[in-house]
Amino acid sequence: MAEIIVVTSGKGGVGKTTSSASVACGLARRGHKVAVIDFDVGLRNLDLIMGCERRVVYDFVNVISGEAGLKQALIKDKRFDNLFVLAASQTRDKDALTTEGVEKVLKDLSDEGFDYIVCDSPAGIEKGAFLAMYFADQAIVVVNPEVSSVRDSDRILGLLASKTKRAENGERVKEHLLLTRYSPKRVETGEMLSVGDVEEILGLKTIGVIPESGDVLNASNKGEPVILETESDAAQAYDDAVSRLLGEDRPMRFTQVEKKGFFSKMFGG
Amino acid sequence: MGLFDFLITKKPTASIAKDRLRIIVAHERSGRGSSPDYLPMLQRELLEVIRKYVKVEDEAVKVDLIGEGDNKVLDISVALPENPIQA
Repeated sequence: MAEIIVVTSGKGGVGKTTSSASVACGLARRGHKVAVIDFDVGLRNLDLIMGCERRVVYDFVNVISGEAGLKQALIKDKRFDNLFVLAASQTRDKDALTTEGVEKVLKDLSDEGFDYIVCDSPAGIEKGAFLAMYFADQAIVVVNPEVSSVRDSDRILGLLASKTKRAENGERVKEHLLLTRYSPKRVETGEMLSVGDVEEILGLKTIGVIPESGDVLNASNKGEPVILETESDAAQAYDDAVSRLLGEDRPMRFTQVEKKGFFSKMFGG
Repeated sequence: MGLFDFLITKKPTASIAKDRLRIIVAHERSGRGSSPDYLPMLQRELLEVIRKYVKVEDEAVKVDLIGEGDNKVLDISVALPENPIQA
């Protein structure tokens, strides 16, 4: 059975798609067969972040409506043979996704031997977001250390605990906190909520802390998931998160202010 | 950056954020489940049904979900006017 992981947040613009792309790549890089699905019908973006926007012929809604086969719609990643993207539809209305349709696609992917299915949720708590989480085994809740993001995430946690298939069966979706755009410097000066603060408020364990980094924008400009920019702190932080997702123990990095030496203070860098 | 910026100490705001979030999150969690989303709609539809038979005001129908121990009671009260006029 494929493990279904939803990447969700409630609030928009916190890094769901960036995180979905990087987590999917990280899993694929470890040899797992991975599909990453864009649930944001009408506002497709995962294809851009994955760098396959010009190869989208058929999309998720085409598959659900039977206009295309699943194999036709799955876009094979250029970097990993075992990574596939299923794009969201640009034109159809949001009602194009149905619970039965989504269930069938997920089951077919599982039957095809996929190990992981990463569901990139749209923002909000409408149908797309609901369907992205409904069949999930695990949830990565992406949070910025900022009041509105934290509050919306708590709302999402409530939905994960009540409006998912697992919840209906009396089970739990395994939830993980992924903090993005983290600035250790601002935490140190008391301007930003710390990892511990957000963990305490939401009652969640942190799977990763991604530092605020210019590399995220640069990577998206190029259509390269940031996890592949191996020199980057953000990439390493994502890779640690993927390891923890797979149950490995990794010390938390990039959560402390780097102490600069005299020379770097003088000359920058 | 000005030369004397270090003299101006910024007031730390993270602790304010944390306190505010603690309160609002606790408040919203306590509300969860006790007042399901469908109550306002149920109230509207009940009102429509009752209006098929009797003329009533908008406020005539009250719908509440009351927790009594482990049980929940759906409390619906309909106030009829003194001289009910058939619709």
